[in-house]
Amino acid sequence: MKSIKAALIDATLNTVETLVGHLPDPAPDPLRNAREFIGKPYPRVDGRLKVTGQARYATEHPIAGMTHAVVVHSSIAKGKISHLDTQAAESVPGVLAVMTHRNAPRMKTPETASLFNPVAGSNTSVPVMQSADITWNGEAVAVVVAETLELANYAAGLVGIRYEEEPAALSLEAEKGNATIPTLVVTQSPEVNIGDAKAALAVAPVVSDQEYETPWQNQHAMEPHASIAAWMGKDQLLVYDSTQSPPGVQHNLARMFDLKPEQVRVVTEFVGGAFGGKVAAWSNVPLAAAAARLVGRPVKLALSRAGVSMVVGGRTLTQQRVALGATLDGKLTAMIHTGYGMRTTKDVWAEQYTFPIRHLYASPNIHVLQKVVRLDRVQNSYMRAPGETPGSFALESAMDELAHKLGLDPVELRMRNEPDKDPTHGTYFSSRHLREAYALAAGKFGWDPQRPEPGTQREGDWLIGTGVATAFYPVQQLPVTIKARITADGHVEVSTSSIEMGVGLATVQTQHIAERFGVPYERARYLHGDTDLPMSQASGGSAATSSVGAAIHAAADKLTEKLLKLAQRNKQSVLRGVKRKNVELRAGGLYRLDQPAVGESYEQLLGASGQAFVEAEGSVPASALVLNMKTSMASYGAHFCEVRVHARTRQVQVRRFMSAFDCGRIMNPQTARSQIVGGIIMGIGMALMEEAVYDERTGRLMTPSLGEYHVPVHADVPEFEVYFLDEPDPVMPMGTKPVGEVSIVGTAAAVANAVFQATGIRVRHLPITADKLL
Amino acid sequence: MLTEATDPIATRFIAGGTNLLDLMKQQVEQPAKLVDINRLPLSAITELPNGGLRLGALVTNADTAYHPLVQGRYPLLAQTILAGASPQLRNKATNGGNLMQRTRCYYFYDVATPCNKRMPGSGCGALGGYNRVCGILGTSESCIATHPSDMCVALAALEAVVQVSGPHGERTIPMADFHRLPGNEPHRDNTLLPGELITAIDLPAQGFAQHYTYLKLRDRTSYAFALVSVAVGLELTDGLITQARLALGGVAHKPWRRPAAEAMLVGQPAEPETYRAVVQSLLAGSRGYDHNAFKIELAERAIVQALSQALNRSA
Amino acid sequence: MTTTFPINPPAPAALLLPEPGPVTLHVNGQSIALTIAPWTTLLDALREHAHLSGTKKGCDHGQCGACTVLMNGTRINSCLSLAVMHQDDEITTIEGLAHGDELHPLQQAFIDHDAFQCGYCTPGQLCSAVGLLSEGHARTAEEIRELMSGNICRCAAYPHIVSAIQEVMHAQPLRP
Repeated sequence: MKSIKAALIDATLNTVETLVGHLPDPAPDPLRNAREFIGKPYPRVDGRLKVTGQARYATEHPIAGMTHAVVVHSSIAKGKISHLDTQAAESVPGVLAVMTHRNAPRMKTPETASLFNPVAGSNTSVPVMQSADITWNGEAVAVVVAETLELANYAAGLVGIRYEEEPAALSLEAEKGNATIPTLVVTQSPEVNIGDAKAALAVAPVVSDQEYETPWQNQHAMEPHASIAAWMGKDQLLVYDSTQSPPGVQHNLARMFDLKPEQVRVVTEFVGGAFGGKVAAWSNVPLAAAAARLVGRPVKLALSRAGVSMVVGGRTLTQQRVALGATLDGKLTAMIHTGYGMRTTKDVWAEQYTFPIRHLYASPNIHVLQKVVRLDRVQNSYMRAPGETPGSFALESAMDELAHKLGLDPVELRMRNEPDKDPTHGTYFSSRHLREAYALAAGKFGWDPQRPEPGTQREGDWLIGTGVATAFYPVQQLPVTIKARITADGHVEVSTSSIEMGVGLATVQTQHIAERFGVPYERARYLHGDTDLPMSQASGGSAATSSVGAAIHAAADKLTEKLLKLAQRNKQSVLRGVKRKNVELRAGGLYRLDQPAVGESYEQLLGASGQAFVEAEGSVPASALVLNMKTSMASYGAHFCEVRVHARTRQVQVRRFMSAFDCGRIMNPQTARSQIVGGIIMGIGMALMEEAVYDERTGRLMTPSLGEYHVPVHADVPEFEVYFLDEPDPVMPMGTKPVGEVSIVGTAAAVANAVFQATGIRVRHLPITADKLL
Repeated sequence: MLTEATDPIATRFIAGGTNLLDLMKQQVEQPAKLVDINRLPLSAITELPNGGLRLGALVTNADTAYHPLVQGRYPLLAQTILAGASPQLRNKATNGGNLMQRTRCYYFYDVATPCNKRMPGSGCGALGGYNRVCGILGTSESCIATHPSDMCVALAALEAVVQVSGPHGERTIPMADFHRLPGNEPHRDNTLLPGELITAIDLPAQGFAQHYTYLKLRDRTSYAFALVSVAVGLELTDGLITQARLALGGVAHKPWRRPAAEAMLVGQPAEPETYRAVVQSLLAGSRGYDHNAFKIELAERAIVQALSQALNRSA
Repeated sequence: MTTTFPINPPAPAALLLPEPGPVTLHVNGQSIALTIAPWTTLLDALREHAHLSGTKKGCDHGQCGACTVLMNGTRINSCLSLAVMHQDDEITTIEGLAHGDELHPLQQAFIDHDAFQCGYCTPGQLCSAVGLLSEGHARTAEEIRELMSGNICRCAAYPHIVSAIQEVMHAQPLRP
């Protein structure tokens, strides 16, 4: 008999299988080679708003009667509030309320969003301010609402709290003995066994078997998590929120406040960065709505920078083991990747750090096993390429270690183990041009396959080293519904609730609309960021461009039919009697395929029918990850970097970074380059400086602000060259593949490998600070 | 700029405010009154009759660093100031305020944790806690915090003199005596008396403009506090060192100098690799804690590197 | 075990709390009369009281530069300044850089070089870049990078920001 766990996994994987049938565009998208608008470096549609300070972020919407809220955070990790003194704060003139668990409106427990239930809209299932219980250090315990921000800030400091502390689990190292195996890692089993990896490793002629550690990291988007909540009557709620998922926030609030989703409207005009930290709502959002209900006025609640670090979960710390066995000529015979991440009492989210090894290299023997360790900390969550990022640091470092042991060029080692099928699923790749990416980047970089021994290249006081690593990010599809409308004046407008967080989605979809409907760029319009628009789930997983694109494609197909019907009804129409398969949208109208000059413009078609517009919805459902699909689909890249390490003081600087990518068709080389460069720089931050540190005695985050948690600044940035192969994927909408996250994957390993080449010192515990190179 | 504080609800002087306002937001400082001193006539850089330079307390860090006389005669100070903070902060922060900066120890800043400097008697969170940024020299059982300033490290090396004015008149305090070690009174950062105000910082004529360097080691390339920093000023005659100044930042509750170590350099040839004894003398008694023991070796390397750079610099 | 928060004794409530008072700011050539608490920062005065929300709050502690404005042409962090102390100063914010519909050359260069993504740090980067150019201490890309390091961009549009600044810098006559 199967265990319950095994049954659960089977059920989940079956769900995935049924979704596979809904993949977008089983036939190649005719637009995959289109070049009129797609593929051109259009400037951002919101550029002017952003450079003039007119782009409005969550808290910048003026509402009459606004009040200001400030959060007070717990100072213990686990226990109960034993005593609350809110009187001093309440007595400050202008303070409207001090909300605590004693007087907060009743809110149902939020439901954790997952790939299978993204609309749940919360990152945790921890109740929000409903009892005296404390479950992590930094949890919101009070919200002070006042007429002005100054008063709210002042009064927040007057809230006196005493706690009854309970023993807490605060150290991954100390709690490792209690580790458990999660049910799933995203959509996959936490365990993979192909062949007998342990036995193969034991007899492998060359072995690298090491442990790697990555620290907790924070997303630190520049715009702190922030909302405005305004109740209109008792049962209509308007929220401006800085979120990746307006519908998620909408459904989360509806659930917590016992409303129907349509009673909650969430508007997100612009998001000041997210990087996974805003995929779903954290407690600050329901707290804003609760405070607004309590004071009967609109409330603006922006977390402080430290508040973001305490209330919003970051990337889990990991401890990983990667063991690779190979023949003397560098063919992998065994791959083992195991490790630990964290979970909390309420929720398990196991980061997929073993996904790269499941996908990147051919080996007859593979063993993968992920475990989680329960800690009393804020829930770990998504941060740019969750899983693949820490996992690739371990795997791509290990590949470099193996190459060094073999005396083989690390590029050549990767090429010798390039699989022809997905190594764990046996599926074929829809497109995989990693070899070409390596060849291109190696040539541009001037890669020397016979590099000198580590620690021997010197320029003055500086040691020089080069390193490579592979980037990888799988294809996902988000559930998206859009509405497309063609108007009688020949404009096309597409609207959906998904957001623009800086990735360029609005710009590339405007290009796509112009291309798909054959209208001038100025006549294409993309509206977004409002739950009053057709529902698109969270933007994330590097999937928005293709998912929204697929939905637009679906709507365009429907509109083709609708327009043809209009033509059929018109006796004068040159398209009368023409079959559906013989027409296409082109040149601002509907035209015959066999006689390209014959057709009618949108103005003609709609004018003749007397309609002001014709519209249609297009939808695509969620897919699981590529690793479950019938075709194995992912973006790939080859990173090359050069670092210099001061021979004496051990300062590390990345001097050059060059990468080539197979990200399918590039919609806009300008915005794509921006995303790629941004991801690499975040990866350089991960490699060299980013580390959130908790005091393990108290669970207190000691690096809550940007003064202690270092992210890269201008001076840390090297020279960049980024190349795109620009090869359309035959299966994906517009031929696109993921762009937003692939470039951070592998970056930290490329830097670490270069540091090894420069110094002969292998750092397996990020970040690579000077003290680790002494 | 602010007065020395033990009382969290005292009156404070405010000039640039870049540290004081930050501390007020953190509730580390909760002054009942602020006195804006920006209209005081302390905004000039003037030459002193002894060949030195007087830096008004209200001159901004940026105006000081880019002042032609500072650049020409005290390039060590200019370089040091420009290694600190960001252009925006240097445009606002004043010279007096720079001396009054309080520690960046994470426990001092977080009022949910104990800190003897912030609240005497509450304990030291950094001891046994996350103390990567803390001190290795002159620490006490009460406090292992460091002084965060870069500028003060150069001022210490230059043997600047702090001019102060207070209820009992004016007096001068040599840089070496301005900041203090924590001992069992870590809440006292410096030796200012209640009500005293810094009016100027006097630089002696000797500027070490030929052989100098400020080496700052930190966790990112710019806009970060020092893990270890070294200010060096040397005079050479015929390849031999005739005068030496050496001050460390990021390692102690004050800029760290040991004149005895400097004296060991006098008469030495310009070969920093041979200065092992000097390094050991300067760092004698250093003690590492859980997360910052590396600072001892990093400081050793930094001192040798800084001396090497100072000797190789031709102005 | 009982723990108390905050460990610092709070200031006596309300007793000493000063009343809001009149503060006049001169922003982008206009006088703005506000009634605000004396401890209101310049940033909060602009964003919350004058409704000039182009200036951004990223950290509120001088650690990110999103709040950068120009004070008499000099770039400062508005989060670490009290509004009441700037009544004699001419403040320029992102809303004041363009002349009507004509963008400041740096604003246009930022668009042309795709020198931003989410746009939240952009007003600070732009005001900082205006200050950088008028200071005249940066010539090379390396110097620009060092002297723009007070402005964090988590999207990391850094290389594009530097190329945008370089373009405008080289279009201007170099200062002697």
